[in-house]
Amino acid sequence: MSSIPLQPGALGTPNEQARENYLNIKHTVASWLLTKDHKRIAVLYGLSISIMFFLGGLAAAGIRVALVRPHDTFFSSEAYNKLFSAHGIIMVFFFLVPSIPATLGNFLLPIMIGARDLAFPRLNLLSWYIYIIGALITLGAIATGGIDTGWTFYVPYSSVYSNTDVVAVIVGVFFAGFASIFTGINFLVTVHKMRAPGMTWFRMPLFVWAMYATSIVMVLGTPVVAITLLLVVLERVFGVCIFNPACGGDPILFEHLFWFYSHPAVYIMILPSMGVISEVITCFSRKRVFGYEFVAFSSMAIALLGFFVWGHHMFVTGESMYGGMVFSIITFLIAVPSAIKVFNWSATMYKGNVWLSAPLLYAIGFIFLFTIGGLTGLYLASLAVDVHLNMTYFVVAHFHYVMVGGAIFGYMAGMHFWWPKITGRMYPEGWAKLACIIMFVGFNLTFFPQFILGFLGMPRRYHFYPPEYQMWNILSSAGASVLAVGFAIPFFYWMWSLKYGELAGPNPWGAKGLEWAIPSPPPSHNFDSVPIVTEEAYAYEEIYARELAGDYSDSQVDRPVSPLNTEQPDQKTLEDHSSTEESL
Amino acid sequence: MSSAQLEVAPQRLAHQFEDIDQQNECYIVGMWTFLVTEIMFFGALFLALTVYRSVYPNSFFEAHLALNKWLGLLNTFILLTSSFFVAMGVRAKMLGQNSATQFWLGLTILCAFGFLGVKYVEYSAEFREHHFPGPNFHFVATQPPGGDLSANSQVASGQPNISSRDFPAGYHPQQLELHKRQLFFSLYFVMTGLHGLHVIIGILVLGSIWFLIRYKHPSVDDYMTLELAGLYWHFVDIVWIFLYPLVYLIGRQ
Amino acid sequence: MNLPVIPEQASTYAQQMDPIFWTMVILTIVFTLLVTFIMLFCIVRFRRGAKVNRSNPSTGNLYLELTWSIIPMILGLFIYAWSCKPYAEVYSPPHGCNNIFLIGKRWMWHFQHTRSGIRENNQLHLEVGKPVKVTMISQDVIHGFYVPAFRVKRDCLPGRYNTVWFTPTRVGKYYLFCSEYCGTNHSEMGGYVYVMTPQDYAKWRTTGGSTETQQHETPVEIGQGVFQKYGCSNCHADKDNVHGPSLVGLYGTQVQLQGGGVAHVDTNFLRTAIVFPQKQRISGWPPTMEGYPVGNAAGEMSEEEMLDLIAYIKSLSPNNSFSHTGKQGAAPKTSHHLAAHHAGNTHVALLAHTDTVQSTLHKSEGKLQ
Repeated sequence: MSSIPLQPGALGTPNEQARENYLNIKHTVASWLLTKDHKRIAVLYGLSISIMFFLGGLAAAGIRVALVRPHDTFFSSEAYNKLFSAHGIIMVFFFLVPSIPATLGNFLLPIMIGARDLAFPRLNLLSWYIYIIGALITLGAIATGGIDTGWTFYVPYSSVYSNTDVVAVIVGVFFAGFASIFTGINFLVTVHKMRAPGMTWFRMPLFVWAMYATSIVMVLGTPVVAITLLLVVLERVFGVCIFNPACGGDPILFEHLFWFYSHPAVYIMILPSMGVISEVITCFSRKRVFGYEFVAFSSMAIALLGFFVWGHHMFVTGESMYGGMVFSIITFLIAVPSAIKVFNWSATMYKGNVWLSAPLLYAIGFIFLFTIGGLTGLYLASLAVDVHLNMTYFVVAHFHYVMVGGAIFGYMAGMHFWWPKITGRMYPEGWAKLACIIMFVGFNLTFFPQFILGFLGMPRRYHFYPPEYQMWNILSSAGASVLAVGFAIPFFYWMWSLKYGELAGPNPWGAKGLEWAIPSPPPSHNFDSVPIVTEEAYAYEEIYARELAGDYSDSQVDRPVSPLNTEQPDQKTLEDHSSTEESL
Repeated sequence: MSSAQLEVAPQRLAHQFEDIDQQNECYIVGMWTFLVTEIMFFGALFLALTVYRSVYPNSFFEAHLALNKWLGLLNTFILLTSSFFVAMGVRAKMLGQNSATQFWLGLTILCAFGFLGVKYVEYSAEFREHHFPGPNFHFVATQPPGGDLSANSQVASGQPNISSRDFPAGYHPQQLELHKRQLFFSLYFVMTGLHGLHVIIGILVLGSIWFLIRYKHPSVDDYMTLELAGLYWHFVDIVWIFLYPLVYLIGRQ
Repeated sequence: MNLPVIPEQASTYAQQMDPIFWTMVILTIVFTLLVTFIMLFCIVRFRRGAKVNRSNPSTGNLYLELTWSIIPMILGLFIYAWSCKPYAEVYSPPHGCNNIFLIGKRWMWHFQHTRSGIRENNQLHLEVGKPVKVTMISQDVIHGFYVPAFRVKRDCLPGRYNTVWFTPTRVGKYYLFCSEYCGTNHSEMGGYVYVMTPQDYAKWRTTGGSTETQQHETPVEIGQGVFQKYGCSNCHADKDNVHGPSLVGLYGTQVQLQGGGVAHVDTNFLRTAIVFPQKQRISGWPPTMEGYPVGNAAGEMSEEEMLDLIAYIKSLSPNNSFSHTGKQGAAPKTSHHLAAHHAGNTHVALLAHTDTVQSTLHKSEGKLQ
């Protein structure tokens, strides 16, 4: 599947690139910092979270260096504790939560539903500024002293005992929370009120459904954690007494309030990725997504059920036995919508005309890793097994499979899929696939050993560990270095592609959906006139038929050299037919 | 709102919207969504209050007697009245009567300051009596009117005076009862403080609108800004309506 | 190369848990392979331009959707039901457990054998085959008592007793970890659990236990001293029922609470009654008692003293034991769960611990019997 020399006119011409778009309309710094264009804000967010991802990754590198030896002498225990706290806080609050919603979501949501912008462009910019303020406060605190509570800020350690800079970090996280709330409000209103004529709910792309579900979680969950963390600050600063057991307070109440947000927050991270995967798989299978309504409603089901499972983080805190049983069964039930999604994606590819491009490769990686991550989540939902596995490396491995394997692979799939739309240029396909494979191998090498470590009983957040766990930790650290290489490669080829990449043209993939109907990069106001939507975003039937007839003119890049398929879709043997029906 | 559109002065349309209806609906839905987040924000505090109150019913009852429920009631009336004023203000703005709007808004802001003034009186009394949580916290139980339910040591006929007991050196039995009362006052100050913060924000928002109307700034040509500020103000009012009985009027167990 | 994969299995709980774990491992492998196979099959067979039969591509099928919703759901519910059983049993220790008190503090574990009075730090000696009940509390932040070989874990909370029980089944030396992050030396807050043969254990007991803190007084004896030291005897002496309720025979009974509701007098009830006496006052007694705080400040009771005091109060009711009071048949199961439920959770009313819920629970218990 090597890419062929471009036919003139197939891709965008330099002329087209010179057309006015959101990137070249103005060049001053102020035009970026004061922009109200959702696309520019998406780019600002994209750059900011990339920096945060890099910093969080550095902290992770420190952790893996420390864990190579059972009795590490490279870092002190204080430093190690600060490293994993910084890693968790930066990655969760400043990378994963805003990752897809604030970048791809910001960029695509209005375009996908045919709007000129989000409902509240100024609020959108404010959200970015608040995020930046929060990030600076948190990074400042981490740089000048650090915090050693872990990202969970459990009391009374965080409120009374820790002598690190808890207050500043929490204030930073508080700001980031409001950034996320504002994004959520903006998306909810936009989806409800800004859809183009004809864009009914059930014509919306599944990515929009996923963003909608995510926004609900953001709006309902984030305020709770914000006020909870604020109470911790008040305890530290004013000595008021809410959670401190020394004066009758209840540290478990903190855990309840914290996880009431922080478990749904996991769905803030994974739902957008699921939306991306739905888009990528349909596009590259050339088929309408299998079971559209089921995929859409499973997003909503996950978002809503996600609010009733927080107690599964607390099975061993001595919460009521019946409470544990209720939380456990709801957690088992929430696995069903996730399973529905995975099976629907697989079924979408069945009998498709599957084009194994880099975004699809990332999507396949996502499905594999998410399946493992999701299923291992059930070990932790299962009461008896959780008693053993809770707070061990099994948990660490599980949520990295979901959040790195899931959220980040989804993010990478989306970034590659929409890169031509965002920048107007193609990334180098071969390098992208190589990076994906390296990432996949490195990822499994890093985190699979942690499942075994967890089952063996190694607790998380351990600086020193018994020597018999060393080999697995060495494997994990080795894998982490491979993973780091995998993450570094896209950075370089994306930078390269900004200048040297082929011009993409409006629709390099031959994809459906409103965003592919406008030029790349899109003009400032997205649509010259409001589009009238007459079909859903997955009307691939015509392209599918054309491609099966050997006409690949819809995809502008990576076209098969010669039409391989001369078979007509209706030519079939009865035998083949019956066997495929059975296998379904 | 829809009835008003007939008479209203022309509104400005932001570039992302198709028409005025869409713009107005977006603003209203957005504001309501924001208020939902505010409800969740206060909701966590109400939950904490409920939990602790059910754990320490006697101490909370005891502690709440120190609050001045009549001043709280006064504040409830002030806020309710101000909600009426702001509603009148929005109506006047819809009808394009700018000076009437200013009049009603002025009254609303006056009420808001009145609320803060009463709150100041309450707070200063509480600070004077060291009811603010922290190392200086101090609480002397008041005798509940006509009851002997108090957990205080001076009570209860026929019982030995506990403070005369032979405690090890440095041991203060009152400390723990104090702690629980401190828990109540912690929640009291956090909740009323946050609510007060919302009142201050409300004053700033309504005050800016008052000035913008006065100087005929184009951003307040239409009534939507004031409508949204009014929604916010009603929310501040509603929070107090829940807060007042739950904090000031705790029943006896 | 030392690549262990399976942790040692050294308790009855581990024997119950491991089959569930391995069943889930098999299901995980099956489902992951299934999904991977379907995806690879589609990618290869339906690759772009491949000449294969693509007739009647489907984009939705209700029966298929139901199949792949319901089958995983049934499997999930099966695992759920299976795993509830061992979990519920953690909440209901059998009669005649060896009681061990555990105090977690940064960064050490302090054990107290209630029968022998032996105290040890960061190590715990147990007899093989004898059920053990650990009652734990933390002196500062949240810790987690975790012995991987037993598959047993429970958070050790400040201000509230948590209990866990298990029966060691294999002689050996096993890791003891702190599973809940507790600050700088969190990873060093650990030690070993030694499971010994009955002979070795008896020998260890007579030689006075470990070399560390030796203490031959039992908690009951020490608790008696605590009872005097804090002046408890002023109001609660023997059968004196004038100033306060007598403590003789109180433990293990049910009491009426002021303001309605019933409560089991168990360890958590006693702790609460001492620290926060007004919270759950026995009906008919005036609120004269002040709380006795637990802490490190001068004059405050230490967690150890509290445990000893409770042991002493328990010893005043030698015949009462609120769990497993000889009920037979189907009913005991429920009641015994209920009792255990209170044992774990009376202190803080968060989920189902309010008086109302307690009383309703007791009503339903009564109906069952």
